[in-house]
Amino acid sequence: MQKVRGNLLNISKLKVVFYTYRGIIKALNSVELWMNKGERLGIVGETGCGKSVTALSIMGLIEQPGEIIGGDILFEDKLLTSMKENDLINIRGKEISMIFQEPNAALNPVMKVGFQIAESISKVKNKRIGKEVYTEVRRMLEIAGLDWERTINLYPHELSGGMAQRVMIAMALSSNPKLLIADEPTSALDVTIQAQILELLDELVKKLGNAVILITHDMGVAAEFCDKMAVMYAGNMVEYARTTSIFENPHHPYTRGLLKAVPKIGRTDELQSIRGIVPDLVEPPSGCRFHPRCKHAMDICRKDFPPLIEIKSGHYVACYLYGKEGIKNANS
Amino acid sequence: MSILSNILQNRKIKLFIEQRKPILEDWKHAFYLWRNTPLAMIGSFIIIIFLIIAIFAPILTSYSPIDQNISGKLSPPSSEHLFGTDQFGRDIFSRVIYGTRVEVWIIFIVSIISVMIGITVGVTAGYFGGIVDEVLMRITDMFLAFPRLILAMVLTAALGPNLTNTMIAIALVDWTIYARLGRAEAMKVKSQPYIEAIRAIGANDLRIIVFHVLPMSISPVIVQLTLRMGTIILTAAGLGFLGLGVQPPTPEWGAIVSDGRSYLVNHWWITTFPGIAIAIVVLGFNLLGDGIRDILDPRLRR
Amino acid sequence: MKFGIYIIKRIFLMVIVMLGVTTIVFFITHVIPADPVGAILGGNAPIEVIDEMRRQLGMDKPIVFQFVDYVKGLVHLDFGISLTSSRPVLKDIVNYFPATFELTIVSIIFAVIVGVFLGVYSAIYRNKPIDLFSRIFSILGVSMPVFWLGLLLLLLFYFKLDLLPGAGRNSLFIFPTRITGLVLLDSVITADWNAFWDGILHIILPVFVLGYASTASIARIMRASMLDILRQDFIRTAKSKGLTKRIVIYRHALKNAFIPVITIIGLSFGTHLGGAVLTETIFSWPGLGRYIVNALLVLDYNAVTGGTLFIALVYSLANLLVDISYAALDPRMRV
Repeated sequence: MQKVRGNLLNISKLKVVFYTYRGIIKALNSVELWMNKGERLGIVGETGCGKSVTALSIMGLIEQPGEIIGGDILFEDKLLTSMKENDLINIRGKEISMIFQEPNAALNPVMKVGFQIAESISKVKNKRIGKEVYTEVRRMLEIAGLDWERTINLYPHELSGGMAQRVMIAMALSSNPKLLIADEPTSALDVTIQAQILELLDELVKKLGNAVILITHDMGVAAEFCDKMAVMYAGNMVEYARTTSIFENPHHPYTRGLLKAVPKIGRTDELQSIRGIVPDLVEPPSGCRFHPRCKHAMDICRKDFPPLIEIKSGHYVACYLYGKEGIKNANS
Repeated sequence: MSILSNILQNRKIKLFIEQRKPILEDWKHAFYLWRNTPLAMIGSFIIIIFLIIAIFAPILTSYSPIDQNISGKLSPPSSEHLFGTDQFGRDIFSRVIYGTRVEVWIIFIVSIISVMIGITVGVTAGYFGGIVDEVLMRITDMFLAFPRLILAMVLTAALGPNLTNTMIAIALVDWTIYARLGRAEAMKVKSQPYIEAIRAIGANDLRIIVFHVLPMSISPVIVQLTLRMGTIILTAAGLGFLGLGVQPPTPEWGAIVSDGRSYLVNHWWITTFPGIAIAIVVLGFNLLGDGIRDILDPRLRR
Repeated sequence: MKFGIYIIKRIFLMVIVMLGVTTIVFFITHVIPADPVGAILGGNAPIEVIDEMRRQLGMDKPIVFQFVDYVKGLVHLDFGISLTSSRPVLKDIVNYFPATFELTIVSIIFAVIVGVFLGVYSAIYRNKPIDLFSRIFSILGVSMPVFWLGLLLLLLFYFKLDLLPGAGRNSLFIFPTRITGLVLLDSVITADWNAFWDGILHIILPVFVLGYASTASIARIMRASMLDILRQDFIRTAKSKGLTKRIVIYRHALKNAFIPVITIIGLSFGTHLGGAVLTETIFSWPGLGRYIVNALLVLDYNAVTGGTLFIALVYSLANLLVDISYAALDPRMRV
């Protein structure tokens, strides 16, 4: 096991592939990620960069035609990557919970939502689904900001997006998990509802003390909610730092590109897009996968993926511009 | 040679081909997919052989399917009579071979009639909507309230059991499928914005139906037809078996199976071989139909 | 509440459809044939006899009046008199229908149980041996003619191996008391285990023959549906909740996957009612199907009309049940 950098979660050299008709998709190249208890980590990046795959890997939910072919995931003291399915089942829904992007689709259409929450609670409390469990269901619905009387017997298609997401949050937090993974929880919702849901999460998590991984492509959302941020590109983590540090001092060319493309009140310069397109993960670029689009690409960038370097305290970058084999250039 | 090149130089022809290029690409892609679906290929293979046998029947067998030869009756399969003979001394092999012609004819006629009735009813219902739709759909429901074989049986018996009436009867049972299809297509096309546009230019209903709705229906109809052909054969065979279909001595496979029923125990060949023929051909259509459906399924990432 | 209204709507529709069905059947059996009476009596019968018969049967009236008379009769549950048995057709129907009903129900149950089982396991163990076996079994099932399969199995199990009986519902000297007319049910009620076992032996082959094709259809749809459902988001959620594979499949996936299968079950009911005709003929099963076939061959059109009408009614009721269970299973349908 490589360096253990966080006391809750440590992902090291994670490699995930998908076998398809078109070829082998090298979804995760060698992902490094870590976090501490009670922290809020945001994973940002474009669609397809591997954020969700990383999250699913933590949960052990990568299935055919996908496979984890290398790396370790250490959760507290348990090595998730080498655990048997039965043991993983014990952890899911209990110590690690997850909420997903389209809440209406993520709920079983033929089951009442009250029952679906009851399932989670039943598992956590190790009790059969009955009066006691349903009392807890009502409590969780209230906590999530829903009128339990009206909602408990509804079916998912009868709920609005916001309501459905609240149900998912109630479901996920019912076990008071050590880690809550939220995979783009607001991307499918209206902007106003987005704010509500994030507020709700903020409130609840503050009270319960769960660690949160928030996956999003919206840097604004990540900035609001997260203490730390990890930027991913094409299957690698390229920069990791406290949120303020990322925004004030982005180091990786990709991070800088992302920030330049975000509209902000008060900005007067033109929005710039990063030239080039997202790489094909069946035949990804060699070495650092960003090199074809990078202004500062050097020969070495084509050879190997740059190692993760701690530039400042708590601020990590994977880029040869700052690396041992590259030029130290903090201002570019 | 020069005439051809002159034609091809013609601007109009060039434009015609240009406009059709995307469709050609579609066909090329479909062909590629077909070649890569083993089941569809096996199915097609079977059907092609089936058609070849039907066309070249007289070449494949020297015996007549209806000539009787009582002295040689009920003889088991041999080098002379590959499938043996029946109680009238008729060569079973020939009867099965010539039976392919009967089956092809049945499929052909039934398809035409049922599609014509079905599409007419369906498109009218879907396009004009409202009360026309309600009434036509209720009528369709009424036909669908019968188990198909029973309705076909009663129709055939009422019309008089012979080949033509069998085909009419089956068509009168099958049309409902194409009615539903036609209605769905008509409703889809009707709601397209471009229909409003051409209506504004003065296109009348008939024109819209013929030039816009019908072409869109061709593809789903063909898929459905392929899937139905197996069932048509089975229904016709069932009717023939019951004695309510084709009359002797026409060699319809179902009727031949029925012929052999009283002789089943000691002369198994009369019943067995035509049944195998039915099973193989229907299997061929089913495989082909499955394959076509898979090819057209957008969810299979190709 | 919405559910109740839905049922009432459907029943109303069914009544209208049945009216149309009656018209269609009447038209087919009374209007199309050239001269049923002449055909029945034979071409050489003297004209007076034919005319007399026609008068007796009420066939000298204009067709519309005949139709009205017929419908009036229906309301009083009078289906007319069978020309062959000279009994009220209704009596014949009541006599023969239970046999068809039993055959159809048992074969549907067989088809659903085996089909669902094969389909679910095919989906879970995709491309493993059970999947391949099931798919071959299925594609053969929808390709083979029912009557041919029946004859071959009869040849094998009855004539050659002498394992199973060849005809009828019970052996010669076994008479289960007739309560419902369903041999299996009646013998259980009267605890006549001899008759029960005998009934089972007699029904095995017909059920298998009749049900094979539907088993195949159900298995295929079940497999496709299951594979489709297992790909969906909410299955991922269920797994992320830490539910065991067993619960995910049987509690979450199955109910959803079963929904399209219900349509097939409804269709299968119709195919079975139709296929019962062939099966009953082969196995000399004394049911309504065989009754109609025999009536057709002798042009007993009252029997044909009554029998066909009854079967259409049963089929419509079955479809109604299917629609209702559709709405019961899928809350999205209760619009």
